[in-house]
Formats: sequence, structure tokens, C-alpha cells
Amino acid sequence: MRGITGWGTHLPYARLDRSAIRAVAGTGGGTGTRTVASYDEDTTTMGAEAARAALRGRPASHSRLAPHGRGALHERGALHERADRPGSLWFATTEPAYSDRTNATVLHAVLRLDRAVPAYDAVGSVRSAMAALRAAWQGPGSSLVVTSDIRTGLPGGPDEAAGGDAAAALLVGDGAQVLAEIVAWESVTEEFVDRWRAPGAPSSRLWEERFGETRYCELGAEALKLALGAAGIAAGAVDHLVVAGLHDRAAGAVQRASGVPEIRITDRLASTVGNPGAAQPGLLLAVALESARPGQIIVLLSLADGADAVVLRTTPALASYRPWRPVAAQTAAGGPIAYGRYLHWRGMLPVEPPRRPEPARVSSPAAHRNADWKYGLVPVADALGTIVTFTVDRLAYSPSPPVVFAIVDFDGGGRLPVELTDVDAGEVAIGGRVEMTFRRLATSDGIHNYFWKARPLRDKARDTPRDTPGEE
Amino acid sequence: MGSHGIKDRVAIIGMGCTRFGEHWDKGVDDLIIAAAAEAFKAAGVTKQDVDAYWFGTAQSGMSGIALARPLGLVGKPVTRVENYCATGSEALRQAVYAVASGAYDMAMAVGAEKVKDAGYQGLNAFPIPGDGTARTVTAAAMFSMVAPAYANKYGVPPGDMKTALARVASKNHHNGARNPRAQFRKEYSVEKLCAMPAVAGGLSVFDCAGVADGAAAAIVVRAEDAHRYTDKPLLVKALALVAGNGGGLGDPGYDYTTFPEVVAAAADAYAQAGITAPRAELAMAEVHDCFTPTEIVLAEDLGLAARGTAWKEVLAGTFDLDGELPVNPDGGLKAFGHPVGASGLRMMFEAWLQLRGEAPPERRISTYGERSLALTHTLGGYPGEMVSFVSILGAV
Repeated sequence: MRGITGWGTHLPYARLDRSAIRAVAGTGGGTGTRTVASYDEDTTTMGAEAARAALRGRPASHSRLAPHGRGALHERGALHERADRPGSLWFATTEPAYSDRTNATVLHAVLRLDRAVPAYDAVGSVRSAMAALRAAWQGPGSSLVVTSDIRTGLPGGPDEAAGGDAAAALLVGDGAQVLAEIVAWESVTEEFVDRWRAPGAPSSRLWEERFGETRYCELGAEALKLALGAAGIAAGAVDHLVVAGLHDRAAGAVQRASGVPEIRITDRLASTVGNPGAAQPGLLLAVALESARPGQIIVLLSLADGADAVVLRTTPALASYRPWRPVAAQTAAGGPIAYGRYLHWRGMLPVEPPRRPEPARVSSPAAHRNADWKYGLVPVADALGTIVTFTVDRLAYSPSPPVVFAIVDFDGGGRLPVELTDVDAGEVAIGGRVEMTFRRLATSDGIHNYFWKARPLRDKARDTPRDTPGEE
Repeated sequence: MGSHGIKDRVAIIGMGCTRFGEHWDKGVDDLIIAAAAEAFKAAGVTKQDVDAYWFGTAQSGMSGIALARPLGLVGKPVTRVENYCATGSEALRQAVYAVASGAYDMAMAVGAEKVKDAGYQGLNAFPIPGDGTARTVTAAAMFSMVAPAYANKYGVPPGDMKTALARVASKNHHNGARNPRAQFRKEYSVEKLCAMPAVAGGLSVFDCAGVADGAAAAIVVRAEDAHRYTDKPLLVKALALVAGNGGGLGDPGYDYTTFPEVVAAAADAYAQAGITAPRAELAMAEVHDCFTPTEIVLAEDLGLAARGTAWKEVLAGTFDLDGELPVNPDGGLKAFGHPVGASGLRMMFEAWLQLRGEAPPERRISTYGERSLALTHTLGGYPGEMVSFVSILGAV
């Protein structure tokens, strides 16, 4: 038996209210919100957060935290406690932070995977995500598939409003840890141009919408029929149908024609998250898994330059699995961002910077020597902390001033003066609880400077009693 | 093993100091030449009489050549030193020890900084290649965390704390207004200062030191030779320096209400000078008021006020020009300005003027004629990670 053995997702904190778009752009917009990657996030950092979550999800029977003292210190290695550490790592996105060099190696360093674990990118197209998942499914051993996307469009355009930013990570493996067995995978491929974008361009361009809709309806139905046939399952027996794809009208039409009752169709999160491109199949599969019971059939149908249809059957092990940060908890935890600031973050509205020198580029040899600290934040990456004191710096250079900076004491000992993120300066308070998050501090000379920041712990269910240093 | 000091073995016989400020029309060489010329004239010596030179600059020049070239020195040993904002103090420390060792008869320390050519607000450190994980917040932000920590620890009401900080700035601007060499010569009321918008934590621009160009210089000889040059030499009583190891940044026990490096340097300096009651024995103190909360903590770390009381002493006027112990009678970093490499020597220049009775009447310290010891203090770095220098100078 081979299939999904764990998952983790990351939704950025910021939410853009689509109704704010038209007032500025004069067109476009809509209702509901979309997620917005912070100025200090890219597809690599979001992928790292999703991957960390995937490796921290575990059966409920596992003690998530030893109560005190040495146990808490030991917990700092919790990321590495899963027995099925991945034997390979895949990273898929349409918006890689780097070309030429591999982006997955950053995740490899963040997760502190063994050097014998290969890390590969599959980047460029939305379909890369399904390619990576298929490679993981077909390969031997345990594999971590990380999908991540930042979706942009020109102001007022359909992609800007419909898009969303997110990351999803799926663990694939064998045996008793399997939560959802992959029982069939069928794929059809066809060359046609209904959407295109030159590498690095801010937006995609679209052919007349009806052309793509016609193609995807046919391809989706075909793949679905093949996969259900291979699995020996009738459409009416599908408990959760997940349809992903950038062509929203086609996805809706395929759903309606699928024969699966509407109530069993997984919501595409259009009103809260938007369409996160390459991350959408993984994110929506996570939504389905988080609502599924053991013994159910989930079908994941991805419409991208053809169609991939995957049939999964959940196992009894699913009943005791606890995702680290459920999608529902993250969709509920966002904060608003003004449209102007959103445009600034995406580089479409240059704002006067502080009159301070921009940071120097990172020294590659220094970063390489200190990888465990810079990327792994050993030993406090997984620790929770408390704000001892803080300040708001309106003078320092930042891609998005002001800098909110705090002295953080970690549970179990240790202190770090560190920048805060995903935070309004006015909501910070002494005693506030924070968790660490992997971010891109700045980019100089084309080199991204990745390091960690602290952010408010908004999911109080994950908080734990503070440990007093020396209590052991 | 031990810090023995060189009390009364070396004397300053001449000093110079430019006006500090925005010298758009002068380069660092012009400033160096002006300060050095004033010092040569005061001591009645020429550049050829000086046997060795130390040049302090944080980032306005590299190597001893940066001093040898503008002064046209020939065949002289010249060393450039850097120790953050204690750079100027460090230059003097090296020159004094060189003379005390017997290696040279006469040495000179010159400190200079040309900050305003950088094109940016504030001070900006020369970037050293690194892994990109170092803090990038400003010094103002780091020191801004001192004020709430101090107020919280000692139960100072927020309004009183803000008033005390403004009172520090107001005092130093009062003194600077009476100093023709100071960068800022305008007085500001506490009320006006309290109304300024915050730029880092609770600090406004008026809580921060002036950023200035400037240079200062001192010539030193063995104490027994001093009277060949002047009737009123300034004797070096103590020189203390502590470089922190940065441990405070990661220490959960550190509470941002004291600077341990300053406490240690002060203890060493007082021991060298034989001072047991600094507040009663010192005639004046020049302290590193890079930000207003710094001066409050320094008063306590230097033993000029009991723990938790400096804010009250500030409000009571203890450290005013006419107070019990004048602090920063020349205006301090706040009003005199802060050209990094020159500031430590600028403080000594004020001691030189005040202890020798050469400060103008409108800026004369209240203790003149009664006490004869001055303290100068510089620090560089941040709370939790700093270098700290303390000197004690005395009139004969």
C-alpha cells in the first residue's frame, strides 16, 4: 500500500479584500478575500513552512510536548521525530525564487534533511505540482512533495482577484503510516494554448475563455472516467471530489458533469484563499483529508495542460492523524492588507524607501558555513517564545517599514533579539507569545537573504505552558 | 595579573577641537589639519616634535596614511585605530600608553569623522561580509528598549519617564547653546521635546545624538616633562576599556536597565584613580549620551546616582551646569554632535577647557575651583553588546 502519509499547509497571514481593487484600478475586483504572501515571503519560504507543518503533523497518540524541563528541550528536535523522514524532496512552483539553481535545497536545509536525501525542483508550470507528486508516488521510499505558489496579475485583472498565495506539502510513503492510499492515477495530455506567460512576466494572458473550457471539460471527464474505471469505483461512490485548475469555469463545469453529488465536492476556497495555482491540488487535497473519515474515496482531478485524476482511499490511520495547522484554522486567522500595500509588496507600486543604505549581499561561504543556524535555526526553530520587550524602528531599512523588533525568550531557555512579522506594530505587547517562521529578509545583488523571524502565535490551541529555565 | 593604571605618569599638554556640524565645505583632511593645528599651537610644538601618532576614525579613512598624508608627516610611526564609538578615546589611550612605556617622549592622538559625506541619515556601519543573520535595526531602536525596561523596573510612570528623557535633551541643548563649537546651539523646552513624533520605540529624533563631522586632537608627554610646555597640564589619572562579548544579547537574565561593560570600565577607572565617591569627587562628567535613555542609565552605571534614582536626579537638576555634578557641560553628543572618531577626544577637550578655567563664564561648571577631576566616557555598540571606555583626567 502506497499513498499519503502526512500533509501540511501554509496560508499567508495577509488577506486582500477584493472589493478594494475596483476603487483603485477602476476595474476588476469582486467579493471575498484572497491570501497575500507577505513582502518577506516567496514560494520557497512558504513551501518551507508547509513542509515543516507536514513533518510536525502526527498521530494523536504521539505526545506533542513533554511537559517540562528536559522534555521541552528535547521537543526542540520534534521536527525530526517522525519515523518516516522523507527519503527524497520535491519542490514545485510556477514562481521559483531562483532560476538555474535549485530552490528545494533551501527547504532541504530548513528541514535539516540528511545530505543523502536528494532535493529536486519541478518548476515553471502549474502542472509541475502533479508531476512532482507522481514522481514521489512512483519512486520508492518516503518522499516529501512541496507545492507553493504566488499568483499575480495586473491590477484590475482576473488573475489578480482570482489568485491566491499558498503552499501545501504532502508526504508520500508506504505501510501502516498511509492515511490515504493512492489506488489509481490516470493522466491525459494535450497541447493547446489557452493561457501563457513569459518567464518573469507579472501576469498571464488568456485566450477566449470558452476555448479552454471546452478542452478541459473533455479532458477532465476523460481522465476521471479512466481513473474511476481503473479503481473500479462508480462516480456515485466518490465521497470527496477535488477539482483543481486555473480555469475556474472549466473546473465548475467538470464538477457538475462528474456525476458526483454537489454536496461531496470540496470547496475550492475561492471566497477566502483564491486559486493558488501549483499549490491548489495539494491544498484542496488537504481540505478533503481534513474532513474525510476512514474508508472514504477521494478523487483529486487537476486540470492543467491535460488532466490528472488520482483516486485515493482513506485508511483507519486517518482517524488519529492530527494536522499541525489545519486549513480551517489558517483561513480563520488572517488579517487585512490595504490594496496599496499589496501592490507595493508585489512590486507594482514602488514606495519611497527609508534613506538608509540597502543591506549588503549575503556572503555565500558564510551562509554555507552557518547553514544550521541560518536555515535550520538550531535549536529553537520549533520552540515557542515570549516577547520580553520590543521596539518599532521607523529609521531602519526594510522592504516594508517599519521594522518591529523584539527580544524573545524561548520556552526551555535561550534568547534571540529578532524581527517580528505578520504583525501590526500596534498589537505587539510584552508577554505576547510567538513562534518562529522562515522568511526572506531582503534581496541584494539578486541573492535572497533567508533567515527566521518571529510572529504572533495566533492559533492558541497550539500554545503550551511556558517552561521556566532551570526548572529541570 | 592586574590593571595597575598609570596614574599621574602622563599629561596632556595641548588639545584642539573643530566645531562639530555639517561641514559641507570641508573634507576629513581639512578637519584633521584644523584640530591638529590647534593642538600644536596650544602645546607650542611642531609636528616634527611629536614622536608617534595614533589616528582614530571609524570609517573615514584606512591606515596611518590617512593622518600622515594631510599632516605631511615624514618618517613617523602612525597607527589608525577603531573601536566603534570609543574610537577617539582609544586613540588617546594608545598614545598615552606609548609615552608611559618610555618608547616615545611625545605622542599625539587625533580623532576625526566625516559622516555627512555618506548621504544617509544616522550612522551606517561599514558592511562586513556575513551570513545575513545579523540584526539590522538601528542603534536608536536598540537603545529605545532601555526606556520602557527602566521605567518598568523602577516603577517610573510613563509620563515621568518621558519628561526625564526630554529633560536630558533639554539640559544638553542648554549647554550646547552656550558652546560655539557645538553642532546645535538652540535651546528646547521639555514641553516642546515631549511633543516630537517617535521614530524608534518612544524616541524622537531629539532623543538622538547629533550626526556631525568634526575632529579633535591631544598631545601627550611624560608628566615630569609637562611643565616645559604648559603651566596647566591635564594629568591622566585613569584609562579603562572593556569590550563586551555580546553575551547580553542572548542572556535571558539581561534586562536592558544597565550596561555591564560600563560598570566594569568605571570600576577599573575609579580603582586606578583612587576614587571612592565619584559623585562627590568629580568636578564634571562627559558621558556618551547617544540617546537620552542612555544618559540616565550611565549616571547609575558610573556611580553618579543610586540605582533607580537617576531619572529623579535628572528632573531635580543634579546634572545641570549649575547642579551638584555637571554632566555634559559642552552639550554632549546630543547637542555638540557625534563624529564617531572624534567624540572621545572632544569630551577630553571639554575637560581641558573646564579644569583649566578656560570655559567661558556662561558655560562654566558649578564645581570649578572646588574639584579638579573630570570623567569622560564613551561606548560603542548596543545594550548587551558594547565596548566602553572611561577616563579620569585631573588638573594639576
